[in-house]
Amino acid sequence: MSKLNSKIPKGPISEKWTNHKNNIRLVSPANKRQIDVIVVGTGLAGGSASATLAELGYNVKSFCFQDSPRRAHSIAAQGGINAAKNYQGDGDSVHRLFYDTVKGGDYRSREANVYRLAEVSANIIDQCVAQGVPFARDYGGLLDNRSFGGVLVSRTFYAKGQTGQQLLLGAYSAMNRQIARGKIQMFNRHEMMDIVLVDGKARGIITRNLIDGKIERHSAHAVVIASGGYGNLFYLSTNAMGSNVSASWKIHKKGAYFANPCFTQIHPTCIPVSGDHQSKLTLMSESLRNDGRIWVPKSKSDAAAIRDGKLKPTDLSEEKRDYYLERRYPAFGNLVPRDVASRAAKERCDAGYGVNKTGEAVFLDFASAIIRYGKEKAHVKGLNENDENLVQELGKEIIKAKYGNLFQMYEKIVDQNPYETPMMIYPAVHYTMGGVWVDYNLMTTIPGCFAIGEANFSDHGANRLGASALMQGLADGYFVLPYTIGDYLADDIRTGPISTDSKEFDEAEKAVKDKIDSLINNKGSKTVDYFHKKLGKIIWNKCGMSRNEKGLKEAINEIKSLRKDFYKNVLVPGTANSFNESLAKATRVSDFLELGELFAKDALERSESCGGHFREESQSKEGEALRDDKNFTFVSAWEYNGEPSNALLHKEDLKYENIELKTRSYK
Amino acid sequence: MVTYDIDNISPDMSFLEMMDVLNEELASKGVDPVAFDHDCREGICGSCSMFINGEAHGPDRLVTTCQLHMRKFKDGDTIFIEPFRANTFPVIKDLVVDRSSFDRIQHAGGFISVNTSGNTQDANAIPIEKSNADKAFDAATCIGCGACVATCKNSSAMLFVSAKVSQFSLLPQGQVEANERVLNMVKQMDDEGFGNCTNTGACEVECPKGISLENIARMNRDYLKAKVSS
Repeated sequence: MSKLNSKIPKGPISEKWTNHKNNIRLVSPANKRQIDVIVVGTGLAGGSASATLAELGYNVKSFCFQDSPRRAHSIAAQGGINAAKNYQGDGDSVHRLFYDTVKGGDYRSREANVYRLAEVSANIIDQCVAQGVPFARDYGGLLDNRSFGGVLVSRTFYAKGQTGQQLLLGAYSAMNRQIARGKIQMFNRHEMMDIVLVDGKARGIITRNLIDGKIERHSAHAVVIASGGYGNLFYLSTNAMGSNVSASWKIHKKGAYFANPCFTQIHPTCIPVSGDHQSKLTLMSESLRNDGRIWVPKSKSDAAAIRDGKLKPTDLSEEKRDYYLERRYPAFGNLVPRDVASRAAKERCDAGYGVNKTGEAVFLDFASAIIRYGKEKAHVKGLNENDENLVQELGKEIIKAKYGNLFQMYEKIVDQNPYETPMMIYPAVHYTMGGVWVDYNLMTTIPGCFAIGEANFSDHGANRLGASALMQGLADGYFVLPYTIGDYLADDIRTGPISTDSKEFDEAEKAVKDKIDSLINNKGSKTVDYFHKKLGKIIWNKCGMSRNEKGLKEAINEIKSLRKDFYKNVLVPGTANSFNESLAKATRVSDFLELGELFAKDALERSESCGGHFREESQSKEGEALRDDKNFTFVSAWEYNGEPSNALLHKEDLKYENIELKTRSYK
Repeated sequence: MVTYDIDNISPDMSFLEMMDVLNEELASKGVDPVAFDHDCREGICGSCSMFINGEAHGPDRLVTTCQLHMRKFKDGDTIFIEPFRANTFPVIKDLVVDRSSFDRIQHAGGFISVNTSGNTQDANAIPIEKSNADKAFDAATCIGCGACVATCKNSSAMLFVSAKVSQFSLLPQGQVEANERVLNMVKQMDDEGFGNCTNTGACEVECPKGISLENIARMNRDYLKAKVSS
């Protein structure tokens, strides 16, 4: 248990971070020039960390598998970024953001980390505006805000439905400035294949150049993992096609504990699956729930008629509709947190009220928002508020200004016009709260190996609130890691360059090459996608939106045998020394096949329901998730021990000193 | 050029899902699949880059290749697919090209030199006129896919470069380095070997994000101003 020291600073929560910053060791500017840092991943966390570390004076080597750092999947985040600015004067504060995040996470996150996140949130907005990020503004020229699920204030800053893109391009431009100065060495189209430990410390990585297949050695005094989450475990998710767990999984196998793997966010508003050919799912931003109302028909016969195309949703009168979120959760209505909204959608569809061909979709309707905005606009302009056509026209203009790109995206995919007919949506895998265990300094259980952004576990507990992922990624990268890493590197000012010519690098490189050769030479009969799809189905069906003991035990066995089948029968065409996407996929899927087993094991172990983790055995009479604080107020940190399901459990007890543990209610 | 026959394509498939069907078939026979860049598959990362039937990102407007759907084609169609073509985008393999020239242009000045320390002034300290903020946002939505270059008969990167220059030129934060930025970025663009702009406007038509030609005009003004004052 000795390794699990969260290193939370002493003192009152509001002073912890300031005190910690005042007391940790610093590295002088002259010494920073002697120190190398590797950053894997260039999303919001990795990009902002690379830029800031380089600016501080460290020599940074950044790696991404995409052809440019600007393409990391943070770019696809749509809705916004939270910050406790209280520009709207609606009672927001650092404490309230802290409280909402802990409550939203169903009391399974670490108080001190979340408080720090809320504390630095306001800085992020200042920083990004200074960088030229074009956030939405009102007519007075000041920044605009919107609301997201699980909160009662407007604290979300946004840039239409492209907030992630704008923030990532901000971080990318900060990186570019350092690349131009020679302080960041950028390695595009490089995939991290393993971490190299020397004397127990992280001292480098082995990479594969995705263009020519060359295996390369890179050394540094510290390694930062910022490679995102593992939602692609499910095959179908809103993650990018290339998003993978490999960097996190490789460090796990070398000694980093993996925390709460089963905490996965299923996002309620995604475009439903249309067929077996589907390669990925597309999110429709949560911001749409500001104005969209979610409903299904009240009667099953109407639902069936809609499914068969005999009835149009717009023909169904108000009293025949069931706005089930507004009905079940009057206080928060359509803006309940994601886990709650997703389960409610599944409940309605399972009960037979689904509205698309497969019965797995509900409506997200903007008709009343269009009328509300249209009337308001007509009133402001002194026009006739009762002119229906005018109201429709004006209302649609406003909806277009707010969500135009999302509506266009929907129309292109589904071939229906969401201004005229309600959208159809269904939950899909979106984000993973679980990840590599880190202490308050964001260091993993491997000395010198850090994990930031979605790759770590610390801030979102069992459910992340909307617009908090961008906040966490940038907080970790711009404002937290650059301080805390110095405390570790202060010991390395006399170390000098790390040689890649060592036994440890030899061994790590050989293991990587052997693995690649065995995949290429296997010449089996089934493609990599065959296994990935199969794995995804097991996980979705048995470890998805609701889980039970029997299903989880089956999943563990099924994944085990699927993994055996993979190594026996996988077919990877092409060669090792060339651009070979099948090979890249094969190495990623082989890691998913191990993670999946641990994921199911973690879900089995945690027999309570909390946040996105819903165990059927643990629910209230109304079907709400039932937490078991007496037995489960801890973080499950798993230590690798051969077979994934033999992993050893370490518990980090969670102490709530500033927030009272209570049942989460959004009614 | 290779011709492949594919069956069982549904109109609801995206173009890249059609490519997946083809590649799955090739892979299951142990044949190296057709390489192409793709990642987010929702039109925002800018990875995908196919020239389809003579048009960057294919026949639909305001979409990337990954957002193009097979319902835009007829059963039995022969579809011609090429990589994005330009000397400045060397082909790596099949449909994969090297667009690192775009990154190098950004290194030359695509940023505001502010330290990421967080010790900046309050975000609301400088109000920005909404119309300028909106225009800056529109320019900033460029995804760096390179369709503009692939489409232009001169392989000009003016739309791409001007989008970044405009974003900063429309914001007060970008003024300090405005002259230096436009000169450096244009120089890098020329050094990379991108062609000149002859105002055919093809880039604007094919741009999946609808980046406006106005940005090119704005960059030309900025460039001239910078040249004169430097």
